[in-house]
Amino acid sequence: MMVRPTDELQAQDIVEPALDVSELSVEFPSRRGTLLAIDQVSMAIAPGEILGVVGESGAGKSITGLAVLGLLEHPGRIAGGAIHVGGRRVDTLTEKELTKVRGKEMGAIFQDPLTALNPLFTVGKQLIETIRLHTGMTKVNAEARAVELLQDVGIPAPEERLRQYPHQFSGGMRQRVVIALALAAGPRLIIADEPTTALDVSIQAQITALLRKLCDETGVGIMLVTHDMGVIAETADRVCVMYSGRVVESGPVADVIHNPQHPYTAGLMRAIPSLHDRVETLTQIDGSMPRLNARPSGCAFHPRCPQAGPKCVAENPPLVSTSTASAACWLQQGGTQ
Amino acid sequence: MNTQIPALSVNKLTKTFDVSAPWLNRMIERRPKLFVEAVSDISFTVEKGTCFSIVGESGCGKSTVARLVTGLYETTSGDISFGKGAGGRPIRVQMIFQDPHSSLNPRWRVGDIIAEPIREMKLRDKETETQDRVRELLETVGLSADDALKFPHEFSGGQRQRISIARALASEPELLVCDEPTSALDVSVQAQILNLMRRLQKELGLTYLFISHDLSVVRHMSDNIAVMYLGKIVEKSAVEVLFTAPQHPYSKLLLATIPDIENPARRVEAQAGEPPSPLNPPSGCAFHPRCPLAMDICRQERPKLQDLSQECQVACHAVS
Repeated sequence: MMVRPTDELQAQDIVEPALDVSELSVEFPSRRGTLLAIDQVSMAIAPGEILGVVGESGAGKSITGLAVLGLLEHPGRIAGGAIHVGGRRVDTLTEKELTKVRGKEMGAIFQDPLTALNPLFTVGKQLIETIRLHTGMTKVNAEARAVELLQDVGIPAPEERLRQYPHQFSGGMRQRVVIALALAAGPRLIIADEPTTALDVSIQAQITALLRKLCDETGVGIMLVTHDMGVIAETADRVCVMYSGRVVESGPVADVIHNPQHPYTAGLMRAIPSLHDRVETLTQIDGSMPRLNARPSGCAFHPRCPQAGPKCVAENPPLVSTSTASAACWLQQGGTQ
Repeated sequence: MNTQIPALSVNKLTKTFDVSAPWLNRMIERRPKLFVEAVSDISFTVEKGTCFSIVGESGCGKSTVARLVTGLYETTSGDISFGKGAGGRPIRVQMIFQDPHSSLNPRWRVGDIIAEPIREMKLRDKETETQDRVRELLETVGLSADDALKFPHEFSGGQRQRISIARALASEPELLVCDEPTSALDVSVQAQILNLMRRLQKELGLTYLFISHDLSVVRHMSDNIAVMYLGKIVEKSAVEVLFTAPQHPYSKLLLATIPDIENPARRVEAQAGEPPSPLNPPSGCAFHPRCPLAMDICRQERPKLQDLSQECQVACHAVS
């Protein structure tokens, strides 16, 4: 499909959100029927904003990130909805067009920095290649830019480090290199999928602080996918809580943490042991998240929900905004009866 | 619960690993043998019925301690002694591992996995008694007795960790060594497992040696905590003391950098520096390159663990 010229015009005229996902559905066809991994998910990220996407394993948070990047693995496919990055629709692009957008308009940071880098090339070669591919700089300019990027992400002695291989870097430093790679072409959006999970706490704090700084300085929008509510609380501006392929709650971080609307979010917050005082038993959410092939009817959370009513079993609640935050729960929308 | 009877005493425990290159390479390249001191001269006591936790970042040697205590590694020097358990015999120890996916044999039924220690140690005379015990154990950990006939793949991560706990309990241990038992689990499931472990501790009078990197979990579970850095204990305190008034600069750094969900967006100052390689540890106090209080003596002399108060011991020149 052709890139529509109107999309490009829009990008120049007004400040477009870094990312706009509307009613995205992703499905995985299998022999035993089609599994709906993402069910009508909508989210938007403004330039310079960090959106945290949080959920337990299998909630569909990583799949959302991969769908935006166009990296869904076969047989996964986008079944509906639209994805705009910086005002440009990306979900309808061909693979060839997408290759140009990916890296230039959007960067990616993954969990394991060792597998994200090629062990056979020096860090400098990988950085310079990326810069030249997307910006068409000369080799000399690209090298200067690479040094600048490494400096920006806080790597000491960048000129020497450029000549080193990934195995000569520590975990935290490697993740900084990956961040520099993601930033290389000056993207509008970075998808950071569990960027701190493989790192130790003291390094984790350095990396989240770096992401925050880069976001404030360069105006890039970041989608921070993580299972760690603590990282979200520390770093993100807004948060999307996902459960079984749907967004159940979204809003500003402080609101969602201190005043969660959805029973799942509320349960999740109480299940995290506190650093300040100790309780005899933690509040637990019984059971576990349903598998994709056994998603319950209505609200997917109802079998685990203490406040579920007949309406929750019958109908899936839409995501409706209540004051600043929005929640997908019948409790906020006229009761569960 | 503080009965002051030691369930486990560890005295000057050291473990070095030989990480040398193969013999021929060493001969050709004239390289010396290379050793890593994973655990270096640590001592602690765990009292009966309490939970003693070891926290630290990856590579600090906390899992090595767990494996040394359970006998999975041989000690290089120092000794580990167990207190007297029921009937005057030494306390029985069992271990719970981190990854419930790789610690259960996928080809065995759950019933056989749990029955194995009972059969192996001949704790029951008849097979029917063994089966009764398996059913009882499954119910203790919150599964149904019918689950004995299923295979591990039929269970979720949290349920598998319950199976591991049931298997550990099968040999009737009094001390459970738990190596990161919840770090592979999701938050809502983690709460279920932590609650289960607390309940079992109360009902069966278990003693825990708990290894974790997650400070909020450690705070929830433990009575006493040891903070490890590069194979050494840098601070050993009662839980409330450590969380309200950490003494060692490294404990302070750890507590300051963990994300706090109750104070979102507090914008901590991230401290620079990374743990050094254990192959080439810094001289003196291993923490001195990252330490804001480092003095000359820290570069030369390794600080000893000293009593600061009854409930707090610190290894730091600047503090004690």
